[in-house]
Amino acid sequence: MPVLWIFLAVLGLGLIAYFAGRSRALGTAGGDTRQLHSLPSYYGWHGFMLTVVPALLVLAAWLLIAPSIIESRAASTIPDSAIAERGSRSLVMAEVRRAGEAIDMAVEQGKMDAGLAANLRADFTDVTARLKETGAIITSTVTQPVLRAAQEYRVMSKRSGLFMSVAVLGLAIVGFAFAVMRTHKDFRARNVVEQGIKVILILASTIAILTTVGIVLSMLFETGHFFDKYPWQSFFFGTTWAPDFRGNSELGMLPLLWGTLYISLVALLVAVPVGLFAAIYLSEYAGPKLRAVAKPMIEVLAGIPTIVYGLFALITVGPLVRDWIAQPIGLGNSTNSVMTAGVVMGIMLIPFVSSLSDDIINAVPQAMRDGSYGLGATQSETIKQVVLPAALPGIVGAILLAASRAIGETMIVVMGAGAAAAQMSDGLGAIINPFQAMTTVTVKIVSQLTGDTDFASPETLVAFALGLTLFVITLGLNVLALYIVRKYREQYE
Amino acid sequence: MNDMRPVERAVDTNEIKFDCKDCQVYYGEKHAIIDVDVKIEDKTVTAFIGPSGCGKSTFLRCLNRMNDTIDICRVEGQFLLDGEEIYDKRVDPVQLRAKVGMVFQRPNPFPKSIYDNIAYGPRIHGLAKNKAELDEIVEKSLRRGAIWDEVKDRLDAPGTGLSGGQQQRLCIARAVATEPEVLLMDEPCSALDPIATSQVEELIDELRENYSVVIVTHSMQQAARVSQKTAFFHLGNLVEFGETGQIFTNPKDPRTESYITGRIG
Ligand SMILES: Nc1ncnc2c1ncn2[C@@H]1O[C@H](COP(=O)(O)OP(=O)(O)O)[C@@H](O)[C@H]1O
Ligand SMILES: [Mg+2]
Repeated sequence: MPVLWIFLAVLGLGLIAYFAGRSRALGTAGGDTRQLHSLPSYYGWHGFMLTVVPALLVLAAWLLIAPSIIESRAASTIPDSAIAERGSRSLVMAEVRRAGEAIDMAVEQGKMDAGLAANLRADFTDVTARLKETGAIITSTVTQPVLRAAQEYRVMSKRSGLFMSVAVLGLAIVGFAFAVMRTHKDFRARNVVEQGIKVILILASTIAILTTVGIVLSMLFETGHFFDKYPWQSFFFGTTWAPDFRGNSELGMLPLLWGTLYISLVALLVAVPVGLFAAIYLSEYAGPKLRAVAKPMIEVLAGIPTIVYGLFALITVGPLVRDWIAQPIGLGNSTNSVMTAGVVMGIMLIPFVSSLSDDIINAVPQAMRDGSYGLGATQSETIKQVVLPAALPGIVGAILLAASRAIGETMIVVMGAGAAAAQMSDGLGAIINPFQAMTTVTVKIVSQLTGDTDFASPETLVAFALGLTLFVITLGLNVLALYIVRKYREQYE
Repeated sequence: MNDMRPVERAVDTNEIKFDCKDCQVYYGEKHAIIDVDVKIEDKTVTAFIGPSGCGKSTFLRCLNRMNDTIDICRVEGQFLLDGEEIYDKRVDPVQLRAKVGMVFQRPNPFPKSIYDNIAYGPRIHGLAKNKAELDEIVEKSLRRGAIWDEVKDRLDAPGTGLSGGQQQRLCIARAVATEPEVLLMDEPCSALDPIATSQVEELIDELRENYSVVIVTHSMQQAARVSQKTAFFHLGNLVEFGETGQIFTNPKDPRTESYITGRIG
C-alpha cells in the first residue's frame, strides 16, 4: 500500500477517534458537559493523538530505517568478485536498485509475468535487453549476481511494505481502541492532552537538533575521507588553489579564506556605518509616522533574493566601479572585483545591522537619556556618550551576525567578484587590490561539487572540508554574538 | 521616622529664584497643570506634595524644560529664573539644564565608571581646563554628594555596581558637578530603603546651604523633615503654598487638611 494511503488512513482513523472519544465521554456523562472532567473536545483530541501520533512515528521510523537494512541485506548476496569488477560497492548497489525497479516496471507494463519475473536468470534469458525495453535506465549488462541481488531487493521491499502497512494501521487501531476504552466522564483528558502536546513539542525540537547533528556528522565523515587522501597541512596552510580533476591538485584553503574575509570586510565597511546611522536616526530622531514607513522599507532590502543583488552587481555596480574608479586609477579592468561584491553585499546587510541595532537602541532605558538631558547634554551628545555605549554590546552582536551572514554568501560573490581564487604567489599588492577579481570559500564549494566527477576524489571531497571550515567560523561568530547580546541583556534586567 | 512635627527653622526671606505665574501645561488635550502661581526661594528646600497624578512631576519638569523632550506636551505661562523668562526663544534649554540640575525618581547612573559619571557634565560644558581640575571637580562633587568616602578607592568601578542609595547619591553628585543654581528632585527616595533615605535627606539639608532645592515627594513626613516651604497640588491645581510648619499644623484649605490627615490618597 503506498505511503500516502497509509498516511490518509491513519488520519481518517484519527478523525473517527476524535468523534468517538467525544461522544463516548458525553455519553457516560448523560449529555451534560458539566459532569465531565474536561471539555468534550479534549476527549476528542485525546483519541486523535493516541491514534495518530504513535502510528505516524512508526511510519516515519520505518521509512527512514528500512531502506538501509534492505540494501545491506541485498548487498550481502553479492560476491566480492563482482564488486571488484565494478570498482565500488555503491556503484554495484546502484545497478541493483535500477535492475529491481526495471523488473517491477516490466511486470507492471505486462511485458513479463510475475512468475517469470521472480525466476529470471541472466544467463538464460536476455534480461538486459528486455529490461531496457521498459524504458528503465540500464547502463550495463545485468549480470547474474546483480540480478540475484535485485530479486532479493524486490522481495524484501515488498515484504517490508506489507509489514509496514500492517504495523502502522495495527498500531493506529490499537491506539484508537485504547483511547476510546479509557474514556469516561471522570477521565482527565485535559491533563493527558497537555502531556501529549508536550511530547509533540519535544519531538519537533528533537528533529531540529538531530538534523543539525546529522549535518555536522556527515560533514565530518566526508572531511575525514578528504584528509585520508590529501594532507591536512597542505589544505589549511597551502597558499595555492589549483584544483585539477586529473589529479595533482593543489588545494590550499588560504586564498579562498582570504577572499571570504576580504569581501566580508568590505561588505561590513559599507553595512555597519550606514546601518548603524540609519538605526540611530530611526530610533532617536525620526517621528513615529516616518518610522512606521521607513523601517519596513529598509527591511525590504532583507527580502530581496540574493540572486537579484547578484544581477545588480553584475550589470550595474561592476561596470560602474570599473569605468569610474578602477580604470582611471589604473588598478584593474575587470567588472568582477572585490569592491563590487563587497559593496553590493554591504547593501544587502544594511537591514541586518539597522533592524537589530534599532531594537537594541530602543531598549536602552529612557531614564539614561533623561539623566543625560537633565545634565544639559544635547541629543547627539547623549547618543554618542550614553546611548551608544550602553547599546554597544548589542550592536557588536548585530554586527557579528551580519558578518556570519556575509561569510556564507555565495550568489553575490559569483556574480560580483568572479570565481578566480586569489593568487597569493603574485604578492601582497595583487591580493589586497580591491579591484581584482577574487572568490570565496562558498563559491568554490559549489564549483567543486558541480561538474562531472565522482565523489571519491580529493577535488570533490575538498568541498566538505571547506564547508566544515566555514561552518566552524560562522558558528564561532554566532556563539560570540549570542554571548555578547546575552551579556548586554543582563545589564538592564 | 513617624515624627510629623515640622522642624522649626528660622526662615529668612531669601531672594526669589523662580517666579512662576499663570502656568498651564497640556498633554495633548489633557490639561495637567492649571493656573499655578509659585515663587521658589534661593537656599531653601521647597517640597511639592499631593496625591499621585496631580501634576507634581509635570510642574517640576517645567522648571528645567525637560517637558520639551515630550512631543505632545505644551507649556504656557511665565517662568522667570532670576528675572529672566526660561521659555524665551533666546534661552537654550540645554544651557538651562546645566543651571537647573535634576535628580530622578529611580537612580539612573550611566553604565560608565563612577568617575566618568561625575565627569560627564563638566566635560560636556567644558568646566575643567585639564585633568587635574576635572579630578578636583569630581572629588568636590562626590563630597557634596556625601559619597566620597565610600567610593574614593574605586572611582574606576562601574556606577551601576553601587547599591541603590549610593547610586542615588552618585546621581545627586553628578547633578551638582555642573555647578547648578537650582536642584530639582523628583521623588529621589522612593526607590530607596529607610537608611539610604535618611542619608539622602541629610544630604538635601546640607545642599540647602548652596542651592535652591525643589523636591517632589509622596511622603508627608519627608516633606516635613526636609523642607521649609511646601506646595500642595491637587488635580493639577496648586491648592496651598506656604511655610512647611504652617501647612502641616494649620492648613488653610480643607483639601490640604484632608490630604495631610490621610483622607485624600
Ligand atoms: N508623558 C505624558 N503624556 C501624557 N500624559 C501625561 C504624561 N506625563 C504625565 N501625564 C499626565 O499628567 C498628569 C500629571 O502627571 P504627573 O505630573 O506625573 O503626576 P505626579 O508626579 O504628581 O504623580 C497625570 O494625569 C498623567 O496621566
Ligand atoms: Mg511623579
